[in-house]
Parts: sequence; structure tokens; C-alpha cells
Amino acid sequence: MAEVEETLKRIQSQNGVQGIIIVNTEGIPIKTTLDNASTVQYAGLIHQLVMKARSTVRDIDPQNDLTFLRVRSKKNEIMIAPDKDYFLIVIQNPSD
Amino acid sequence: MEIVHVYTRLRGEFGRQCLFSDRPAELLVDVPPDPRLAQDFIQKNPRDQALQACRDMSEHQVNTERFESDSCGINHVEGGWPKDINPQEMEQTIRYRKKVEKDESYVNSLLTLGSVMEHCIRQNNAVDIYQEYFEDEDEVEESPEPPSAKTINVFRDPNEVKRTVSCLSWHPDGGKLAAAYSCLQFQRSSRDMSLDSYIWDIENPNRPELTLKPASPLVCLEYNPKDSHTLVGGAYNGQIAYWDTRRGSQPVETSSVEQSHRDPVYKIIWLQSKTGTDVFSASTDGQVLWWDVRRLSEPTERLVLDLSREGNLDRALGAVSLEFESTMPTKFLVGTEQGVVVSCNRKAKTPAEKIVCSYDGHHGPVYALQRNPFFPKNFLTVGDWTARIWSEDIRDSAIMWTKYQTSYLMDACWSPVRPSVFFTVKMDGVLDVWDILFKQNDPTLSLKVCDEALYSLRLQDNGRLVACGSQQGGATLLEISSGLSTLQKNDKSLLAAMFERETKREKVLEARQREIRLKERSRSEQSREGEPGREDADHGPDQLIAKAQEDFYVVTEMERRRRDANQQPPTELEDVDVT
Repeated sequence: MAEVEETLKRIQSQNGVQGIIIVNTEGIPIKTTLDNASTVQYAGLIHQLVMKARSTVRDIDPQNDLTFLRVRSKKNEIMIAPDKDYFLIVIQNPSD
Repeated sequence: MEIVHVYTRLRGEFGRQCLFSDRPAELLVDVPPDPRLAQDFIQKNPRDQALQACRDMSEHQVNTERFESDSCGINHVEGGWPKDINPQEMEQTIRYRKKVEKDESYVNSLLTLGSVMEHCIRQNNAVDIYQEYFEDEDEVEESPEPPSAKTINVFRDPNEVKRTVSCLSWHPDGGKLAAAYSCLQFQRSSRDMSLDSYIWDIENPNRPELTLKPASPLVCLEYNPKDSHTLVGGAYNGQIAYWDTRRGSQPVETSSVEQSHRDPVYKIIWLQSKTGTDVFSASTDGQVLWWDVRRLSEPTERLVLDLSREGNLDRALGAVSLEFESTMPTKFLVGTEQGVVVSCNRKAKTPAEKIVCSYDGHHGPVYALQRNPFFPKNFLTVGDWTARIWSEDIRDSAIMWTKYQTSYLMDACWSPVRPSVFFTVKMDGVLDVWDILFKQNDPTLSLKVCDEALYSLRLQDNGRLVACGSQQGGATLLEISSGLSTLQKNDKSLLAAMFERETKREKVLEARQREIRLKERSRSEQSREGEPGREDADHGPDQLIAKAQEDFYVVTEMERRRRDANQQPPTELEDVDVT
């Protein structure tokens, strides 16, 4: 439990990280550092995206699986680490 | 959950049960080696055998069945909370979350995910992994890929009885295509043929976006370039109809039958005017009529295409195509069924002066006529089996033309982005793309679009999308490769030089012809004065043939004599030793 907190704090302290959301497979945000409205929006939309990406990868090669997903946009980068039961979503503003 | 496939079959259905038993080995066949057979073969030593250790691959293309899809949006509000928890209740949701956080698997998975995530975050912070190197470098000249075009969509006539797509028109913004359907073959239209024409959205080939219901099948259809909601169409019975897409499928107004054309209206064009409501139409009954779409009860102006300038309808030429360029608002060109292109001036004082001049070019109807958007003095005509490019100043002949093709050309148009590229469609279903700066004898790209004849062609304003309509009602949308649809640096100047050169050549030829004619005339006049009985200038064809025969015999005789003479010296020189 404490390790989880520590990990999240470490991630939060990195440069440029704007927010962290943890979502379970049903799309329910478990933990978040953003406000509720954005969280709900991110959780819903990204959940669908990850499902699609995962099914795409597995369709091409059934032995393959999705390990990480990065969506880079003009303003920031959304990084999604999927797992069997949960996703970890981090929104970062890449410094350059 | 594992997906398992289970086969079940009744034991009794397998047939008689087989009972296996052991048996000692039995020699059935024994083939000893026969050294005598080796004499039929020659031993080859060493042998050279090439091998390649790689996987055998085969390429296979599959086309799936047509899949109709529909897009719709989904609104996501709040995640999939379990049934017993009310998402509005803060307490319940918090309690649920706390429960999840205590879960063992949550902790484990989060630790792994956390480390993966940290790695990527650090990566982002260290270096911009998507940095664009060599940003300022000039765009590398693309390696010249062979020109190609690929079909994007086919819009088929949803009716049972298939009609020809006689005209296509793009929406000014480009997302929609209006197609006019009619049966152009004489008296071939059946009673149950639908009269409708459609507007298609290019994203959805399954269903037309809007149906236009005229009183008679439409032969031509044009979007108003100024107002993208209005269209005007010319019908098979000679009427003109005006639609507003906001008002539905019925025409807002149709011209009265007595005042309209007596034959199908083959082409209708919107004019540039202050009110934006002027159109003019042409038909094979020999008239060109001007209309104001607000009042279609009668045309505002009328012109009869009679070359003798008398306004005689009986001797008028039937118009099949029309051309109007907004940079030259008073002049327009009409292509006729007789193969003559007539240039007219709208603002002439008397009707007789309206017809300025005519260009006699084709053996058959001039099906398409268009000025080059970059060089308005040159226009392209298509008719019989050739496509010809004309310069306005040269009346006698075209300045450039293609060789006679194997099938009839039905429509053509210039590319709106590249001045040297034009497209033609033929009756064998082939779309040709010609680039006269690249190759003049053959089309640069020739594509078989469909098995039936292609009747109409239209390019979208961006130059990349081409729509062509076939006889069976299928409108095919193709995308042209970027090589043929992007303007190259020297295109305009090179093409200007080419047109000038060809025009000059024709001018020189014309001048020469005139000289020869003058000389002949003066010579014949002189000889007639001198010897009144002699018909020098008038050689009958028989006399010419006789003269040609005589010349032929004389020449062959001379040749034979020369050859005999050549044969003699070598035999004499045989015994001379040449060192």
C-alpha cells in the first residue's frame, strides 16, 4: 500500500507530469490527481482506445500483446501502461 | 475463458467397427537395382545446383463482400460502476475505491506499471524522442514514381433498370457529387425507368444523399459555383429545372415546355453575373438559350446556331457541348453535332454578328469542349476518335492532336492544377490521362475503369479526385497520384512555349497554303487568258492516274537498266588482285 503511494509520488514529482489516473478494466477511475470531470472523460475515452489498440495488436499476431501506448499531441503526451486488470495513465508535458 | 470447439457424433454413425489384428510381414514387391538402366544416362560430375534457403511466399489478393457501415456517436458519461453502487453517491464510490486499493493484485500490478511508466517519463525528459532532425532542409525531390490512380469508391445506380450517368458535377466544396442519370440511346428508355438523379456524399457509396425528381430524366446537371445549395439541370425533354437542396427533391421551378428546347438539353452552365442567377443551355435543336433561374417561364435570350447567320432553325447545327470561361465573359464556345466548334460573342449588336467564327475539326459530334484554365486562348475538344487542342487564332486546324484511338472518346477535361494534363474517357471503359509535356503520342496513364462505356468525366477542383460515369449507372471515384496533380515549377512556362511553337507552326502552314492557293489561282487565270482552250489547272483524276503510271514505268525501267550496268563491272574485275 505504501509502496503504491511512493511510486505514484515519484511519478508525480517527475518533470512535466500533469496528472495521473488509474483506471480498472470496467472504466472506473480508482485514483486520480485531476478533477472529476477530466478524469471521467479521460477514463472513458482512453479505455476505449486501449481496447482497440490491444485488439489490433492481437489480431495481427495472436502471440503479441500491447505493452505500452503513447499518444503524442501538440500540447502534451498521454502515456498509457495497460495491465490485465488496471491501466495507469499519465499526462505529461514533454520538455524540450 | 477458453474458446473450445467440440465435435460430437454418435458412435453408431461411424459404420462398422474395424478390428485390427497382427500379421507377420509379407514381401509384396522387390525391385532390385538394374545396372543396365544406367546406360541411358550420362554421369555428370560435378553438379551445379542452386539452392535458396528462404521461405516460400505467395501473394494473394482477396476482396471482401460489400460491407455496409453506419457511423454514429456514443456518449460516455461515467464508468461501469457495479450495479450495487450508485455513482452519484460520494460515500459509496469512495468506499469502493478504498476497497480496490487494498486489493493485492492492485498493488502488484501498479508497482510494475509504475516502473514502466517512470522509464518512459524519464525518457521523455531526457531527450525529445520525436525531434525532427534536418527540419530546415529543402524538401527532397521525390523520386519520380510512375503515375497511378486508384479507385476509391463506386456509386451504383440503386434502380433496377440501369441508366447512363450522363453528367457529373462536383459540389463547390468538394464533398458531394451530383450525377445526372438518363438513357441517351435513342428510344431505348423503358417505361419503368426511374426518372431520378442523385446527389452522392463521397463517403457513403451505399445510399445517395439526396434524390432529385425531375419531370423527365436529366441529361446534365450543374452546381452553382457561388451558392452550393442550388443546382440547375437540363432534362431529356428540353426543359430546365432549378433545385434548392434545402427545399427537397422536387425542383423549385421548371421552365415551361413551350419556351424550352425541343431536344434534350446537353449542356448547361452557370454564368458569372451580379445576381448569380444566370444560366445558359445548349441543345441539339440548334438553339442556345439564356435563362434567369428566378423566372424560368421564358428564356431571357435566344441564339440560333445557324452558320449562315440568318437565324434559320432548319439549317442550324445541333449543339452538344458548351464552354464558358469567367475570365472572358462575353465570349463562349459551342460544340456541335456536325463536328464544328462555333465561337460566339454574346454582346454583339445584331444576331448575325453573334456568331464570330467556326472551327471545323472533327468528323463526329464534339462531345466535350473546355478551355485550358491556365491558357484560356487554347481549348480542348473531343469528338470522333481524337482529342484536339486548338488555339483561338488559328481557324483551319488544331494545333495539336492525338492519334486516332481504338474507340470513341466521350468526354474530356483539363486538370485544374496542372496546365499540361488532361483526362479523356472512352467507349471501351478506359480513362486516359495525357500529359503533353511528358509524352504526346500516348496517354501517360491509361486505366480500365469498367467494362462498359464511360460517358462522363469530372475532376474536382483540387485536381486529385476524378469521377467518371458509365453506361450502367456506376460512377467511379478515383484518386490520381501526386505526380499528376501537383504543379511543377516549370510547367506553365514550358507549356506556354509549346503552345506558342505549335501555333506558330500552324500559322506558317496556313500562310504557305494561302500562298500556294494564290499562286495557283493567278497561274490558272494567266493560262486561261493565254490559251482559252486548255484546261491546265483542271487535271481530271483519270489523267493523273495515267500520268502516275507512266512515271512509274519510266522509273522502274531506269532502275533495271542501272542494275544491269552495275552487274557487268564486277565480273570483269574478278581476276584482278586487290591488295
